[in-house]
Amino acid sequence: MIEQRKLRVATVSLAGCFGCHMSLLDIDEHLFELLDRIDFDRSPLTDIKHCGPCDIGLVEGGVCNAENVHVLREFRANCRTLVALGACAVNGGLPAQRNHLDLGACLDEVYRSRPGLACAAVPNDPELPLLLDKVHPIHEVVRVDYFLPGCPPSGEAIWKFLADLVNGRTPRVTGPLLHFD
Amino acid sequence: MSAEVPQALIDEVLRTAGSTPDRLLQILVTLQAQLDFLPPTLISRLAEQLGMPRSRVEGVAGFYSFLHLAPAGRYRVRFSDNIIDRMLGSEALMATMCANLQLRPGVPSADGRVTVSTTSCTGMGDQGPAVLVNDRAIGRLNHQRVMEICDLIRHDAPLSAWPEELFHVDDNIRRADALLSSPMVAGSALAKAVALGRDGWLAQMQASKLRGRGGAGFTTAVKWLACRDAAGADKVVVCNADEGEPGTFKDRVLLNRHADLVFEGMTLAAWATGARDGLLYLRGEYAWLRPQLEATLAARRAAGLLGSGILGQTGFDFDIAIHLGAGAYVCGEESALLESLEGKRGTPRIRPPFPVTHGYLGRPTVVNNVETLAKTCLIARDGGAAFAATGTAQSAGTKLLSISGDCARPGVYEYPFGVSIQQVLDDCGAADVLAVQVGGASGVTVAPYEFQRRIAFEDVPSAGAFMVFDSSRDIFEVARNFVHFFAHESCGFCTPCRVGTALLKGYMDKLAEGYGALQDLADIDWLDRLLKNASHCGLGSSAPNPVVDTLLKFRPAYERRIQHADFQPAFDLDGALARARQMTGRDDAGAHFDTGMGATR
Repeated sequence: MIEQRKLRVATVSLAGCFGCHMSLLDIDEHLFELLDRIDFDRSPLTDIKHCGPCDIGLVEGGVCNAENVHVLREFRANCRTLVALGACAVNGGLPAQRNHLDLGACLDEVYRSRPGLACAAVPNDPELPLLLDKVHPIHEVVRVDYFLPGCPPSGEAIWKFLADLVNGRTPRVTGPLLHFD
Repeated sequence: MSAEVPQALIDEVLRTAGSTPDRLLQILVTLQAQLDFLPPTLISRLAEQLGMPRSRVEGVAGFYSFLHLAPAGRYRVRFSDNIIDRMLGSEALMATMCANLQLRPGVPSADGRVTVSTTSCTGMGDQGPAVLVNDRAIGRLNHQRVMEICDLIRHDAPLSAWPEELFHVDDNIRRADALLSSPMVAGSALAKAVALGRDGWLAQMQASKLRGRGGAGFTTAVKWLACRDAAGADKVVVCNADEGEPGTFKDRVLLNRHADLVFEGMTLAAWATGARDGLLYLRGEYAWLRPQLEATLAARRAAGLLGSGILGQTGFDFDIAIHLGAGAYVCGEESALLESLEGKRGTPRIRPPFPVTHGYLGRPTVVNNVETLAKTCLIARDGGAAFAATGTAQSAGTKLLSISGDCARPGVYEYPFGVSIQQVLDDCGAADVLAVQVGGASGVTVAPYEFQRRIAFEDVPSAGAFMVFDSSRDIFEVARNFVHFFAHESCGFCTPCRVGTALLKGYMDKLAEGYGALQDLADIDWLDRLLKNASHCGLGSSAPNPVVDTLLKFRPAYERRIQHADFQPAFDLDGALARARQMTGRDDAGAHFDTGMGATR
């Protein structure tokens, strides 16, 4: 018998816009129901900096730089169930529109060739994560257990998904709740 | 070729090929042959003159591999890319040709002279490696022949002036049985059937228990009866000569050597159903057979075996026209073939209604395989009971097998149904066999412990392909080749097949490139089920067959490609930072991934 305890949930936004997190807040009063059943680990809601062992990890956004990769690997290593939340995590989304451009040309355009730049050079501070040449959906970098599409998925869809997961049902989001835009 | 197409040429083609929308594919094929590509202005003018939306004309032109919307050179050299051709060295020969002509695969030469690329199996597995140059086939390719072809191309020699020896195609009939061993005088089978009367002839067909040789094995007489009884007087008989299944070439041999049997079979079907129109759908890869097929048709017309009042029977009017395909495997599916005959993209139809009631242009249509139609001549000559007495209980008669791969004597073998795979292997001179792919890419991978199984609808069904792989071969690469084939040939209409075949290809490539992880095998299983259950037609549902079979019977071939316990990206993560490192000039520890770090769990 699995003990009845609160589940630990971590959330993060990688190359995303926090729209999916806003949508999570849109579950409104269900948040209280949810908080009876879960505790948040690393999340923008807690400001915990590193993810500990968790039951569920919700990942918003795709993978565009080295830091995204490290964070995503940390999530995968710590979360029993990892969820790609929203269009960018599922498919790369808007940030992946740069994939048909050469990264070098992008950096050159932004940091070197624009008129009026005081110091025309590509930033190279080791504090800054390096960009990947392409933006990837998260399942191309780690194993992912579930995908919830939508830009963003609606609050109702996220609530249905989480309620299923927390109550031990295989998440099943269908009909009008399931959309890709 | 300039983008300006003379109006006189367009008018001439529309006059000879027809000027209605259902003639569109034939119009495009004819123009492609004359102009080497189909310029945008031509597409616009055709749309105008045929009264069709431009998008539909371009949609059709864009669907078929052998039609080009951009310049592709005066010589279009296509290497057959089936696994059998590869085993015979096609990849190295293509590299040699590209190096010699100083071009990259698939990219037209700067002078607009030539493009060298690959294409799906061209039906020459018994004499590969094979290429198509425009609409001509060349087999038994070797270094010397490649050099010869390069010289001819460099000297702009027109194809008609190339040595005829280059285009020689062998029939390679290695074992003849009922069909291939008994020569038949043109019209003799038809005379017998006419003497029986239409109903008497159909009764013989029913007694014969003949089943379709194209793969599905539907009882031919049932199809003919349904068409005869369908509402509508304007019935059609279609011969499916779109032999696209990788590894099969028996229809090529039948059409080359026994075209009379095929046309007579079509006429027999017309006698049974009352059809007046016959269409032979000839795959674009076999376009070189067309002149001799037209000659056979002309001879039959002259002999009173086609036309009106055939064999003196008032009301027995039937003639046959040849339609050319243009490089699309899916058109072998009968409803896609009908769409293609109607001049459209080869997208399979939703069935029912079935072609026997609503087929070509909505008319009741019988669609039969080349071999099936040829077999009906035997039934007319010897009677249905005699035919039914051969083969097995559920598979009457003989089957032509196209045998290729690792064996001493590749070619066409005719066996009574029920022959064991071991027997076939012994006869064709195959030793140390690892596996046999029966029925082509969409068929069954047979392992040695199953070699006592029999070729028959009740055991191992086959449309005819029989590819032999000996123990020097890597069966994973065989399956990967077939997966690439299906991804290329998916018609793109339904999402499960269009996306599913591409994903499956991605997983097979990931394993091949050394990024394989255990999780991939689970994902492949899931994709196989999705393709099987959710696809619109047989292409998608059979696309995972080679993977399903080889995963079951040759799992170690996959497992030895598993480099990681759980999960591994399909690309080099650290390499993905290289461009940023170059742009920033950084090379510190933070500018690299620790490759040993937690990708797995």
